[in-house]
Amino acid sequence: MALAARPGTGDSGLSRWANAHRKWLFAAPAMIFVAALIIVPLAWTIYLSLTDSQGSVRAEAEFIGIGNYTSILTDTTRFWPAVWRTFAFTGVTLTAELILGMGIALLLWRPFKGERFVRVAVLLPLVATPVAVGMMWRLIFDPNIGFANSVLGAVGIPPQPWLAGESTALPTTMLIDIWQWTPMVVLILLAGLTSLSEEPQEAAKIDGANAWQRFRHVTLPLLMPTVIVAVLLRGIDALKTFDILYATKGKGGGSFHEVETLNVYAYGLSFDYNEYAKSSAVLMVFFLIIIGAMWVLTRRRDEV
Amino acid sequence: MGKRGYRLFRVGALVIVVATLLGPLVWMVMASLKTNVDIYDNAKTFAFTPTLENYTNVLQQANYTAFIWNSFLVAAVSTVASLVLGVPAAYAMARFAMKREALVVLMARVIPGVSLLVPWYYVFSNLRMVNTYGVLILAHMFVALPLIVYIMMGYFESMPLELEESGLVDGLTHIGAFWHITLPLARAGMATASILAFIFSWNNFMFALVLSGQRTKTLPVAIFDFVGYASIDWGGLMAAATIVTLPIMLIALFTQKYIVSGLTAGATKG
Repeated sequence: MALAARPGTGDSGLSRWANAHRKWLFAAPAMIFVAALIIVPLAWTIYLSLTDSQGSVRAEAEFIGIGNYTSILTDTTRFWPAVWRTFAFTGVTLTAELILGMGIALLLWRPFKGERFVRVAVLLPLVATPVAVGMMWRLIFDPNIGFANSVLGAVGIPPQPWLAGESTALPTTMLIDIWQWTPMVVLILLAGLTSLSEEPQEAAKIDGANAWQRFRHVTLPLLMPTVIVAVLLRGIDALKTFDILYATKGKGGGSFHEVETLNVYAYGLSFDYNEYAKSSAVLMVFFLIIIGAMWVLTRRRDEV
Repeated sequence: MGKRGYRLFRVGALVIVVATLLGPLVWMVMASLKTNVDIYDNAKTFAFTPTLENYTNVLQQANYTAFIWNSFLVAAVSTVASLVLGVPAAYAMARFAMKREALVVLMARVIPGVSLLVPWYYVFSNLRMVNTYGVLILAHMFVALPLIVYIMMGYFESMPLELEESGLVDGLTHIGAFWHITLPLARAGMATASILAFIFSWNNFMFALVLSGQRTKTLPVAIFDFVGYASIDWGGLMAAATIVTLPIMLIALFTQKYIVSGLTAGATKG
């Protein structure tokens, strides 16, 4: 047979062994790689969070139990404000991105002229490098030379400090996040909309439902699983936002920590102040928050 | 609102959406073509004489050609290495329904990067690997691999088994059928996964911020060279930002279909 000469038809002992064990032969390398880079560091982080390690990770660290956890959980100057900012950032951006994303996805749903161009416009912000996006908005939001204040001036609104203001910085970073990531929600929801069957729509039309009723009672319920995927994907990334915050406000979330979220706080503790033990405790709490949010959402997803 | 009314509303709304999404990018490119004097001059917002001065500055004095190479090298090698590890793994996980094992790999997407960086930094500095390409490639593989496994798992799950089975009947081994039949059919999926992995690696900031050095730093880290404590070289900064984002946007323009299918993978199945 000609086939016997071709590779992939081998009958040697090695080939037989490899084929019999192909499940793990294929899966193990990737799993070992990820596990090695996660499990050891995670175990180490848990250990560090129970010690007084600081200054240098090499230095002797003493085991102090849950001391770091009680100290951060009672810290109302840095820790709790960071928790609050993390949730505010995630809540506001996620809500805005879902509402805007749904609106834009519905606009794009039915074919129209120039569709290709609009789709490219939707794609560009979300592939752009987040750090560069942060820098770009720094110029646009610059209080003196930025375009944002020129626009406000044109409609008679006084100039705003945007990123430079203590109370306006966080909302401004939210705007940047919404600009960059609404397109992601649009793409996901649009994929969901395109996969819906036309029949329920037509049936509702015949029953005399108007556009809003059709959306509220037909499209939205059918789209719910996709909406939850979008919330899950965006939510995890919003909780962990780092790049645009660091690019726009620098270390510590600005001089008044005005955009310091848990991720930015933990980064600063580790790499600016070498407070490894405290940082590890913050990270463990942060990790639990993310896992908790995911757990709630995947359960919701299984329900709908 | 009649049909005509909705059509008008739709056109208006789409124009606003496109202007909001593209406007800032256009603004960035425009500023990168202005001198710093023109950037500060309100009269020259739109009417200015374009100059490439910022770009020559960035590429020559700021040594950006080296950083472009760093970014490209790290993204390309980590993408290829992740494909080698990730595609067979995704195949096994899809064919043998290894749900829990897949979850281990996907954990990498969920865990906050900072919690890994302290131990990584410690281990890799003991191995004298900090500031090398090696450590950056490993860290970026950590970003690329879960993405590739996730996309390819969905792809393999949707592929019919019949062709592979006919290969077995023809005398191929299981691995032979994977190599000669399944892989060639999965080319579009692999293209999608590689493009996204490359983009995610190119855009990654935090890992390189900690693990790279002056010699190996990637573009997102190098951008900060233009932000001083006292003043910002806006023209240079915008040219640098354009240089980082332009290649990615060009890739996105030409591979739009793949990127969208990759980003929305798993969005529509129950």
